[in-house]
Amino acid sequence: MSGISATADPYRIGHRGGSHQPTAEHAGGGLVSKRIIVGYGFWIFLLSDIVMFSAFFATYAVLVNETAGGPTGRELFDLRNVAVETAALLLSSFTCGIASIGAQRRLHDWYYGAMAITFAFGAIFIGLEVTEFADLVARDAGPSRSAFLSAFFTLVGCHGLHVSAGLLWLLTMMAQVYAKGFRADILRRLLCFSLFWHALDIIWVGLFSVVYLMGAGQ
Amino acid sequence: MSHSKHGAHLHDTAPGEEEHEGVGGYVIGLGLATLLTIVSFVVAGTTWVWEPSIPVALTVLAIAQMGVHLVFFLHITTGPDNTNNVMALAFGVLIVLLVMGGSLWIMSRMNHNMAPMQDMMQMQR
Repeated sequence: MSGISATADPYRIGHRGGSHQPTAEHAGGGLVSKRIIVGYGFWIFLLSDIVMFSAFFATYAVLVNETAGGPTGRELFDLRNVAVETAALLLSSFTCGIASIGAQRRLHDWYYGAMAITFAFGAIFIGLEVTEFADLVARDAGPSRSAFLSAFFTLVGCHGLHVSAGLLWLLTMMAQVYAKGFRADILRRLLCFSLFWHALDIIWVGLFSVVYLMGAGQ
Repeated sequence: MSHSKHGAHLHDTAPGEEEHEGVGGYVIGLGLATLLTIVSFVVAGTTWVWEPSIPVALTVLAIAQMGVHLVFFLHITTGPDNTNNVMALAFGVLIVLLVMGGSLWIMSRMNHNMAPMQDMMQMQR
């Protein structure tokens, strides 16, 4: 019986529990641990998120010269501000990696410390972006000024919203570890969070290259 | 029954996970990413490079830095335990290239083939 069921259902989908096989990682029929399935599913979500961003990037690239007589990127962008934002996000990505190592080794101090630093860098990033947006709106370069600025605010603002949501998620993960400890399900959520945070940094690399550096050098 | 299948191939890793996780990989990644970022900012502001080459250089540097992030931060590697993650990534990259390249190509062709705006306005009168 086991031979038949193994060939008909090699991954033992729908055979949770009641199995004669130990549910250890990589058991005989090719059963994969839940951590790998969760990580893979979240990875696919992240890729779909990146596809969505690619549509915003394409919109921006098509509309970048449609300034309707308004200010261009060259007149608006402050590269020093962008450099600080980039450094903050890159360092937060690094400390997020340190936090996930701390979690895997059950080191509470490492975990909480690195997560707090990650939050601080992320907050610096968001603060700088909000000031930049407020400054642009005050200089009559808000999203309604031209098609270029609409696309700019949509693209950069969408990334900023992702980072803000990531900051909330970060605090939630700190609270969950505090309340429940390094349980397996908490560690899976932590894996998803760190993937999310690193993916945001990848999108920022495209953003500062395409929007700010190419825009300022036009 | 299937103990013969207990080969090396049955081993998978989740994205973001490394076999022997250590700080070293993140330090290398941080160093490389910082280097590429600094080069990007220098290239964007420089005047001693032929100007039309700057966007190309920035694109190449950005793609290189995304690769560094993928390998050292997200741990997407070419190892046999990572095949599923890489296949998903390859599909994502295909869609991204189609969306961006296709939009830019179509819109530039349309701009090229369209009469200038002043002529259009006169034709409407």
